Amino acid sequence: MSFLPYAVAAWLFGVGLWGVVSSRHMVRTIISLAVVQSATYVLLLAIGYRSGGQAPIAADIPPVAKLVDPTVQVLVLTDVVIEATVSALLLALVIQAHKRFGSVDPSDLRPLRD
Amino acid sequence: MTVLQIVALAAVALGGGAVALTSDPLRQTLVLGIFGLTLVFLFFAFQAPDVALSEIVVGTIGLPLIVVATLRKIAEQERTRPSDEDAE
Amino acid sequence: MSRRARLTLFAIAGPGLAAVLIIGFRGLPAFGDYHDVYGLVVNGVELSMRHATDYVTALNFDVRAFDTLGEEYILFASVLGVTLLLRVMRGEDEEYRAAEHGMSGSSDAVRLAALLLIPSLIALGVYLVIHGALTPGGGFQGGIVLAAAPAAILIAGRYLELKVLCPTRAIEAAEGIGALGYCLLGLGGLIFASVYFKNFLPAGNPGQLLSAGFMPLNSIAVGLEVMGAFLIVWTAFLDQALLVRRRTGEAT
Repeated sequence: MSFLPYAVAAWLFGVGLWGVVSSRHMVRTIISLAVVQSATYVLLLAIGYRSGGQAPIAADIPPVAKLVDPTVQVLVLTDVVIEATVSALLLALVIQAHKRFGSVDPSDLRPLRD
Repeated sequence: MTVLQIVALAAVALGGGAVALTSDPLRQTLVLGIFGLTLVFLFFAFQAPDVALSEIVVGTIGLPLIVVATLRKIAEQERTRPSDEDAE
Repeated sequence: MSRRARLTLFAIAGPGLAAVLIIGFRGLPAFGDYHDVYGLVVNGVELSMRHATDYVTALNFDVRAFDTLGEEYILFASVLGVTLLLRVMRGEDEEYRAAEHGMSGSSDAVRLAALLLIPSLIALGVYLVIHGALTPGGGFQGGIVLAAAPAAILIAGRYLELKVLCPTRAIEAAEGIGALGYCLLGLGGLIFASVYFKNFLPAGNPGQLLSAGFMPLNSIAVGLEVMGAFLIVWTAFLDQALLVRRRTGEAT
């Protein structure tokens, strides 16, 4: 039972990767990419957790000796906001690709040739 | 490992599977919003309130709003393209 | 490559990846067994050194401020890419008149809910940004909550009012000021304390608003930038999706 978070992270990674590989619509690819990213969040937070630990805040709660690791929370925190913007960039590329090639199927994309 | 964490992990695993296995992109957006909420629950259960606060807004309206606008723009481009090729 | 080729590649490479992942995961300590030193040191030292009570924000904006600079510029660059891609389309071949928008008005209940949401979201966002070093919060969280407040106008079905409330110049200026402000605070560390991004303001009493050095200023800069970034991205996408365009000389 103590390996459950790692198993869930691996499962999310695998199923998201399958969604990326097997999709026929580029927007589905990008949404499955978001699932793959959430696998990394689960893995990072699971590594930094201490049993019986509390959130790494020292105000408003009685001070306690055991706190969970704040370093991995910093990584996940900025990552959540930034990957949404990077997905927005990818979706803008999808709009342009559809305008150019007329199809949202990834197999229909051809190299740009003028 | 508390019961709350086990329940949160199970919900995240189910939600992730549902997002990747849904076939229609519009439905997938809705499931993505719910998956974001299960992730928030998991982050709170792992004693990470700062991370959960960022994921709340981004996961429920930040990303799904952009995806829905993209799908609508693609549908509009399909409609106004000269119909001499068989798209999709 | 075609879908069949992709699936074949996945079928070949997938078991290999799964095997490597399982071997790798078996080397990890059990869940809850924490061995690292860096986290323990930070937890012990942060309160006495910087008088900040939220250790995550203190790491983000003080001890690892340089990494946050890099992350902030990833945000800036992606928003730049989105504007380049989506605004070029607008001037391309159609003249754009904002006379109509494609979204029908919604019911009164939704509009009332949005009216109640907007001041609460703004207050919550400002609270999260300013109290970043004291309670869970910070620039990133408060910035997106602040960006969600104009989005409530969108939910009420009034996209054009959103464009009036958040003109393009204003949100671009907000994003630019946030990004520049963060960089200048690092330079302030260089000028006043001879190390780039060293905390050069006095630490104050832990738990008060004006404590923890320059962390509140950092939070405000990042909050402005994240709010501007999300509003630019949302309005760029919604301009494309909702506004009806008319070609000059004919109607669509």
